[in-house]
Amino acid sequence: MAGGADATLLEVRDLVVEFPTRRGVLRALDGISFSIARGEVLGVVGESGAGKSLTGAAIIGLLEPPGRVVGGEIRLDGQRIDNLPQAAMRKVRGKRIGAIFQDPLTTLNPLLSIGRQLVETIRTHLPLSESEARERAISWLEEVGIPAARQRIDAYPHEFSGGMRQRVVIALALCAEPEMVVADEPTTALDVSIQAQIIALMKRLAAEHGTAVMLVTHDMGVIAETCDRVAVMYAGRIAEIGPVREVVKHPSHPYTSGLMASIPALDRKVARLAQIEGAMPRLTTIPRGCAFNPRCPKAMDVCRQEKPGLRPAGATMAACHLYEVENV
Amino acid sequence: MSGATASPGRLARAWDSDIAWSFRHSPVALVSGFAVLVCFVGAFGCGFLAPHDPFNLASLSLSNSFLPPVPLKGSSWSFVFGTDDQGRDVLSAIMYGTRISLIVGFAAIAMALSLGIALGLLAGYFGGVTDAVLMRAADVQLSFPSLLIALLVDGIVRALLPRGAQNALELYVLIFAIGIARWPQFARTVRGSTLVERGREYVMAARVIGIGPVRIMASHILPNVLGPVLVLATINLGLAILDEATLSFLGLGLPPTQPSLGTLISNGNNFLYSGDWWITVFPGIVLAGMVLAINLLGDWLRDALNPRLR
Amino acid sequence: MSDAMAADRPVLEAEHVTRVFDVSRPMLARLMAGEKKRMLRAVDDASFAIRRGTTLSLVGESGCGKSTVARMAVGLYAPSAGAMRFEGCELSAARRDAALRRRMNMIFQDPYASLNPRWRVRDIVAEPIRAFRLARGAAVSERVAELLVQVGLSAADGQKYPHEFSGGQRQRVSIARALASEPEFLVCDEPTSALDVSVQAQILNLMKGLQERLGLTYLFISHNLAVVRHMSERLGVMYLGRIVEMGKAEAIFSKPQHPYTRLLLEAIPDLEMVGRARTPVGGEVPSPIAPPPGCAFHPRCPLAREKCRSVRPETARAGEVEVACHAVAEGWG
Repeated sequence: MAGGADATLLEVRDLVVEFPTRRGVLRALDGISFSIARGEVLGVVGESGAGKSLTGAAIIGLLEPPGRVVGGEIRLDGQRIDNLPQAAMRKVRGKRIGAIFQDPLTTLNPLLSIGRQLVETIRTHLPLSESEARERAISWLEEVGIPAARQRIDAYPHEFSGGMRQRVVIALALCAEPEMVVADEPTTALDVSIQAQIIALMKRLAAEHGTAVMLVTHDMGVIAETCDRVAVMYAGRIAEIGPVREVVKHPSHPYTSGLMASIPALDRKVARLAQIEGAMPRLTTIPRGCAFNPRCPKAMDVCRQEKPGLRPAGATMAACHLYEVENV
Repeated sequence: MSGATASPGRLARAWDSDIAWSFRHSPVALVSGFAVLVCFVGAFGCGFLAPHDPFNLASLSLSNSFLPPVPLKGSSWSFVFGTDDQGRDVLSAIMYGTRISLIVGFAAIAMALSLGIALGLLAGYFGGVTDAVLMRAADVQLSFPSLLIALLVDGIVRALLPRGAQNALELYVLIFAIGIARWPQFARTVRGSTLVERGREYVMAARVIGIGPVRIMASHILPNVLGPVLVLATINLGLAILDEATLSFLGLGLPPTQPSLGTLISNGNNFLYSGDWWITVFPGIVLAGMVLAINLLGDWLRDALNPRLR
Repeated sequence: MSDAMAADRPVLEAEHVTRVFDVSRPMLARLMAGEKKRMLRAVDDASFAIRRGTTLSLVGESGCGKSTVARMAVGLYAPSAGAMRFEGCELSAARRDAALRRRMNMIFQDPYASLNPRWRVRDIVAEPIRAFRLARGAAVSERVAELLVQVGLSAADGQKYPHEFSGGQRQRVSIARALASEPEFLVCDEPTSALDVSVQAQILNLMKGLQERLGLTYLFISHNLAVVRHMSERLGVMYLGRIVEMGKAEAIFSKPQHPYTRLLLEAIPDLEMVGRARTPVGGEVPSPIAPPPGCAFHPRCPLAREKCRSVRPETARAGEVEVACHAVAEGWG
């Protein structure tokens, strides 16, 4: 169990997050387990409300109250980080785990120049002098593709376009040289042509610096292009996890297959898209057994009774009773 | 019309609503709500509940004048809060006075509210020149204290009225003056929310099928901008009551024959230095307590309606 | 294009439509700062026609003017220049005529903002019925129930308020409402871009099914090329207010001609792209307030030459489609 020996950087085990409300406790994450290796890009995909952003927030210790981790553990390089005190977690968040959010304006301070913000972040986490940090900041801006970085380092966030701001946020997330970055819908607010630039940038930087990335998005296309592995979430649980190619081409879980089939393709036209009937249940009405059973074309009796755990299914792991037989 | 089995009754739903829940779980709201309720019951039930009729001159007796309130020497249980210079029961006078204060407050706010909502909707929905004219007028008025505006309006209206009608119409003049003084805040709030709602897609959806601006404002936008306005109205109700009290205290409000809380305080003030403090202090406490309770209720309502604080 | 026979007349026609917005600061502030008026040319000289029972889609990135076209098509904005015709009748005149106005309606992007949160669903759906006096009394509720069932909801859902529904269900309510006036022409402004993919498939299928059953004509606005390909017969690609390429959807997808169309198709992340690396095209969309001279796309265009920087390309036929590009017209593309 000692961390560090293998390539595993982040390990999440049986993570449970709950929101107490006046109508009872809502279980938003229900036993999430996965791991991310050093330098790996893991995609987390799911519909809104599936818990994908919440998983990211739990890892970086930014769950919005009243949400709280009530079970399981999160280990970074073998060390538990889910029970760290606030101050210690803040250090981990800046130095060891970087964060990129959908809206760059939530990350950037509008009152400080981007150079100031970069220099401060660098100096907080790395033993560098002011001028060294500034040089480092400029080289980061160049690296994320800000043209004329030396001239623009003293500009303020509002002087940049949306795409450029997101580049600055990426520089900010990476400049402390973290081991891992949690990126929550980093390209959703951007136009497609800009989106492609940002994805390519993140992918290149992660590879060059050996940074692990957890990429949370609802866009399967982005995942397919960027990630090594992908976790498909449904109603607060992981439905399927495995190498991207396998999950996309040979999905095992009926939800994943339905999801893949429902995405309109660019290269061919069909008369009718495949669709999954119904909608994902709200947290208040998650059915017994497998959360997907009311919509599942292959649902069996056991699906209505028992919650399936993740088990090997082809080249991936799927939380589905269909693969029980193979397991025995 | 409704499936009675499927959905619980209106009352049950109201009891279970977030607002009701928040009310039940907020000590401030419960206490101030109770205080306001007591004021209302006392004021509007004064005909039955008041121990005496302070306006029935036949029942007044000068021999009862200047009786102190109950635990003090010489007091009578018949006059719990003591009596004034004419032997009038202070408690009864307060109850009748509170009623007048509340009527003036409510009517003035109702007027300010309708004026503010109508002008705010117009300014926000049509924008341009309409907006510029209305909002600059509101700005100018807002730069003066509302009491000053009320004084001004009160003075102008009185000067315009025939002398004989002045006393009879005093109540309405007062309501009008305070109402005029308080519309700009409502108009500004409504305009702000209207600007937001006007751009919403449901308003566009109504425009696409050709619904006219008046219908859109009244049935689409109004219900959606009402929340913050009601909060403002609650807090302004307290302030309007204070306005009325101040005007009456200055002698510009209601005459002693129709005493509001302000008139009572002003009246009692004459006897404060001769040691008969209760005549002015009790109405003062009721006024302060009632306004405080209404404001606390408004504060709670604002928090309860704010989705971000929930 | 516009001299077709009356029976085969396009439902909606736009001829050289331009829409300019005044985005300058308030007059007083502007005069004090000595600024000129700032005009935003949201739509610039756009022409198209939509044949009965078909779908024309407009795609482009944010700020390209596609939503402005959508709003002009139902008369929410008037064109600053050029003309829109609905059923052969000038649009603003058509809008004044309730009988014609009834025949067009719109579906919006955000299912959370397009339904009045204070209204019950039955009243939301009934509003067009009442506005056009299509039914009265009990017949209204019957019609509402019928519409709700038609879009895959149940009649009892009319009791509820919008917040009790999920995003996909709300979009169904929007569609039921749009159908309530018994329209023939629907403008759909990004109707699925706020929805999750599995729900998107449901809504797209529903819309296609309704089109076949009711013979509807759609003007479909989207930024998602895959969705557009699924939905449309004809396609227009917009960039900074101009339609840069327009024609049969299949023709454009199989052989995109304008460099911007090619960029868009290249940029879209696709399931087929697993693990494939590609070179994204650089640059950003310039501000529509000060668009580049000549061809607005020239700063990002790999084919740009001197002419593109100064001369605005006219729309010209190129094979099966119409393209506004010097490179395509003169054959260096």
